Amino acid sequence: MMSPRVASWLQATPFAMIMTGLVLVPLGIIVAVSFMDYGFAEIIPEFYLGNWIDVFRSQLTLDTYATVLRQAFIVWGVTLLLGFTIAYYLIYHVRSNFWRAIFLAACAIPFWTSGPIRMISWVPLLGREGLVNQALLGLGLIDAPIPWLLYSEFSVIVVYINMLTMAMVGPIANSMAKISPSVVQAARDQGASEWQVITEIIIPLVKPGIAVGTIFIVTAVMGDGFLVRAMSGNQVNTPAVAIMNEINAFQYPPAAAKSVLLLVVVMAFVGVLLRLVDIRKELAR
Amino acid sequence: MSEQKSRGLSRRSFIKGAAATAGAAIGSGTVTGFPTIWAQASKDIVITHVGSIYTTNPVVAEQANKDLGFTIQMQTLDNTTLINRLLTQPETVDVADFGNTSMGYFKNKGILMAIPVAEYRYWDQTVPLFTQGTYPDGKPYSMQGYAPIKSQFWTDETAQEYSLTPTDWLVGIPVMYNADTLGVRPDLVPHEVTSWADLMRSEFAGKVALQDGVSVGVPDAAVALEAAGLMEYVDKGNMTREEIDRTIELLIELKRSNHFRSFWTNFDQSVQLMASGEVVLQSMFAPAVTEVRTRGIPCQYLPLKEGSRGWYIFQSAMAHLDGGDKLRRDCVMEYMNWCNSGFNGVYFSRQGFYSSVPDIIKPLMTENDYGYWYEGKPATADIIDPFGKVMEKAGAVRDGGSLWERMGNVGIWNTLMDEDRYLVRRWQDFMAA
Repeated sequence: MMSPRVASWLQATPFAMIMTGLVLVPLGIIVAVSFMDYGFAEIIPEFYLGNWIDVFRSQLTLDTYATVLRQAFIVWGVTLLLGFTIAYYLIYHVRSNFWRAIFLAACAIPFWTSGPIRMISWVPLLGREGLVNQALLGLGLIDAPIPWLLYSEFSVIVVYINMLTMAMVGPIANSMAKISPSVVQAARDQGASEWQVITEIIIPLVKPGIAVGTIFIVTAVMGDGFLVRAMSGNQVNTPAVAIMNEINAFQYPPAAAKSVLLLVVVMAFVGVLLRLVDIRKELAR
Repeated sequence: MSEQKSRGLSRRSFIKGAAATAGAAIGSGTVTGFPTIWAQASKDIVITHVGSIYTTNPVVAEQANKDLGFTIQMQTLDNTTLINRLLTQPETVDVADFGNTSMGYFKNKGILMAIPVAEYRYWDQTVPLFTQGTYPDGKPYSMQGYAPIKSQFWTDETAQEYSLTPTDWLVGIPVMYNADTLGVRPDLVPHEVTSWADLMRSEFAGKVALQDGVSVGVPDAAVALEAAGLMEYVDKGNMTREEIDRTIELLIELKRSNHFRSFWTNFDQSVQLMASGEVVLQSMFAPAVTEVRTRGIPCQYLPLKEGSRGWYIFQSAMAHLDGGDKLRRDCVMEYMNWCNSGFNGVYFSRQGFYSSVPDIIKPLMTENDYGYWYEGKPATADIIDPFGKVMEKAGAVRDGGSLWERMGNVGIWNTLMDEDRYLVRRWQDFMAA
């Protein structure tokens, strides 16, 4: 019979090994590489601060973070509004479980195709010769095609919203479904309007769901480079795109420095959010 | 229906021709030159060949496996993954293909083998672009960018530095090459495009695109800026820091005035931009132009005053082969020789690339195919690509004419600049602006 102390150490061992071998050690290497110099597709193992000086002193860092934070904020705001509305409709207005399942499945239909295809399919829609411009021209609303619908920050944000709204619907719907119907019923019996029910009961109770959705959205936007590059026609730079550019040029040390900074920023954001909202409460039930 | 028939016929006769030649070559014993015992011993050897989508394909692999006494395993990788693999796990690769834009990475690395000229059978028949550093008429070509001669020879057997003059050690065996220029939608551009300067003209603001990146896009932009009288360079293919700064400043100005529609990353994006009419003028690769045209959309690829942007692809063996099994090394050399012995060259020539040994493949191609692709002659029958798709109707003439009309005026070569580190950093500023 082994002592409970030994047993719990043993239970934690596999995960500790995975975390150490696959997360902490590689991360340590990335941090170390960020302090090295580099040549043509080679890392020069000498202590070098240039990568970090560039990260902290350059306009590039300010510009790329300003861009990605702006994008994340807009995408978060729109997906939150859409996600909450869709979830609310599904949970409180669709009465039959059958139809609820059908609608949820319908939300997932776009995900049957791959991400890159969903991304590319916006091009014939938003382009200068695309459907939206042709429709607007046909209706006489514009005289010339609007160029900024595609290969712009606008198209980046539209496609993020398209790709990420479900990541907000899911956690919010999950939180809503856990609200006891009797609580809502009690409020109604006391004469609360639908708006009052939403603002005073539902929103406070789905906060953990919103927090989970927010983490999904913000980490996805901060960490993505592919979508930005494709939808902006490589004309918008974000921290993740900047890292990709350097990796493609085999310039690992500056890419490592930028990666460490991005990791710290994203983790700080998640940390602050977890302090504000108790997600464990959400996961525990 | 008649189209179907002629397609079938021409493919069949092509395959028959190629097979007959291969058969004759094997029968005469001149190609392999090894005794039967060698073939017995080599039959278990597997050669790993990594390359791009243009240089590795199942049809060629199948033919190689049929012709040679050992197995060729081809792997298609994107360029970044490929170079990474060569640099970090060279022992997992035997043969690799790469182009001008990667040549700067192999100096002083010791991962590539110095290929003895004597072991490559077709060196005498190779076009002088590679062997002499000149055009066939003896005239020198532009040395801006990574010109072929800049990376064709190792100074010595140690394979560390490139030599500008011929030596006995090849960095790689030249496989294919071509000259890129601007793709134009003649139906949407009001006048004939004759200069790269048009890329920068405000008349086309919002309707031009460039390749995204510092090895192709920046040289193209530099050619255009110089043609437009906005910049002067000593060497556009290897800029100084000051030249990079000025170039990026000018490009940022243009970007802020919404001059560029997009910067494309891959083949499909460049085709889509052109086919949809989002852009009317952009830097493009030849197969993308063909793809636009096979969709029934007019797309021109004409020579321009300032010349074209040349590129090439080398095939090289890895250094570990020299220290390893002798038989394996011999098989690799045999395979690399096979790659320029006919079948492969015919295959990619029919996609619009040029072979480094045109005299070898000429007798293996139909007169119509060779006439159209290499000699600038009007097609006497439909031109069919290796996949069986009609590329051009009878009567069509290749844009820009014959091999040396197209290839004979290279203004700049695809490149990797000495100041790559600085250029990538400034390109980031351009993207962020």
